[in-house]
Amino acid sequence: MSLTVRVPTQLRTLTGGAGEVEVEGASVGEALKALDAAHPGLGDRLFDEAGGLRRFVNVFLADEDVRFLDGLATPITAGQTLSIVPAVAGG
Amino acid sequence: MVDCVTGLRCRECQRPFPAEALHVCDYCFGPLEVAYDYERIAATVTRARIESGPRSIWRYKDLLPVDDETPVDLGAGFTPLIRADRLAAELGLGELWIKDDTANPTGSFKDRVVSVALTKARQLGFKVAACASTGNLANSVAAHAARAGMDSVVLIPHDLESAKVTMTTIYGGTVIAVEGTYDDVNRLCAELTSERPSWAFVNVNVRTYYAEGSKTLAFEIAEQLGWQAPDHVVVPIGSGSQLTKVAKGFAELGTVGLLDEIPEVRVSGAQAEGCSPVATAFLEGTDAIRPVKPKTIAKSLAIGNPADGWYALEAMRKSGGSCAAVTDDEVVEAIGLLARTEGIFAETAGGVTIATLAKLTASGAVRRDERVVALVTGHGLKTVEALADYTGPTATITPTLAAFDAAMTFEESNR
Repeated sequence: MSLTVRVPTQLRTLTGGAGEVEVEGASVGEALKALDAAHPGLGDRLFDEAGGLRRFVNVFLADEDVRFLDGLATPITAGQTLSIVPAVAGG
Repeated sequence: MVDCVTGLRCRECQRPFPAEALHVCDYCFGPLEVAYDYERIAATVTRARIESGPRSIWRYKDLLPVDDETPVDLGAGFTPLIRADRLAAELGLGELWIKDDTANPTGSFKDRVVSVALTKARQLGFKVAACASTGNLANSVAAHAARAGMDSVVLIPHDLESAKVTMTTIYGGTVIAVEGTYDDVNRLCAELTSERPSWAFVNVNVRTYYAEGSKTLAFEIAEQLGWQAPDHVVVPIGSGSQLTKVAKGFAELGTVGLLDEIPEVRVSGAQAEGCSPVATAFLEGTDAIRPVKPKTIAKSLAIGNPADGWYALEAMRKSGGSCAAVTDDEVVEAIGLLARTEGIFAETAGGVTIATLAKLTASGAVRRDERVVALVTGHGLKTVEALADYTGPTATITPTLAAFDAAMTFEESNR
């Protein structure tokens, strides 16, 4: 399954400046691992030692927080967009 | 322009960053905090120096992250601290004070943070002020941008109270209503920050400075109590930033010697049941805040995914404070209670604070022997929709004495 991942400014040094990256994956977790494989070092920034998303990283699939879905196991439909967004904003 | 900022620092991993428009650690995504040279502040700041300053937040400029001879200022801050004996008697408290932030220029505490944010943004060279808002921030950003001669782009949920929409649009900026919740608006703005780096999103890329403005609530409370800290403050929780910064503000007064020592102020939080991710985590004794889909009349607190929720939990637990959530009916009742006992008309968030204060007093978490301050952070005229079913004239009559006598049911009391 191919999908677009939107990458925030803070991670664009690892994507050669690109704000959008195409990856393959059947789930949110697989897509983020594929992103790490294509751009080494990204996974370290997204995941904590236990393999979960870091506390201050939010991930949205088709604009919905994956914590309202099935987290990293959430299946992906072709053509969807995944957004990585720093959690510290707003209020 | 001599501020005492040494840079920014990640609150999580302590990595240092320059004092620019940055809000998130490049490495761990943790929030950036302003780092101050407290020794230098302590050598400069005195009670007398503050007391001779303007009657606004800028009297505390030594403790703010930006110094400017002409700040972006509509007069935010130095709002009344009102002794509330009748409300205290109703609730069973001894000494209660209301910090009345309805008196700010656009009617909410947001003027404090926006005045700081836009002063810094202008120094950094930004020409456009932007934000994601539940309404109060929208009002304040639009007004302060107009004051500063900046353009503004304000994003709000589409279902806000009409007064908050009017109070934003009147200043002539761009106002975008987004079909979604505040959390959707916030996510959009967080993404926009990457795409529009020349805009100052006050609560995104300038958030590090912006949030510091809430410390002035603590500074004012202490000064207005005669340079004494209260025992207990009750603060509403939306993102959790205000509560966190109020706690920080009291601590800083001790750090720089304006109080003799770092005061022990219990800090308690207030949420509406329809959006209570922080109160839920507090009561469950966990650090893990589960985001929620808000459904409450307290729209200014309707943040289902609170950015500083974790830090608010930490501040409440470390200080020996508490946290509770109240129903919308209790919110409406509390708005009326505050108005009829003290003459202060609060928006729904103020109702959340007063209703939570009542609940925490009943449970013993707030005690009769404490000096208590409750933060009323926004004006009631902003949220009149919430009261539509509860308010109206006592009677509508023809202009005759007979009609008046017939309608008159009230007995003069002896008070």
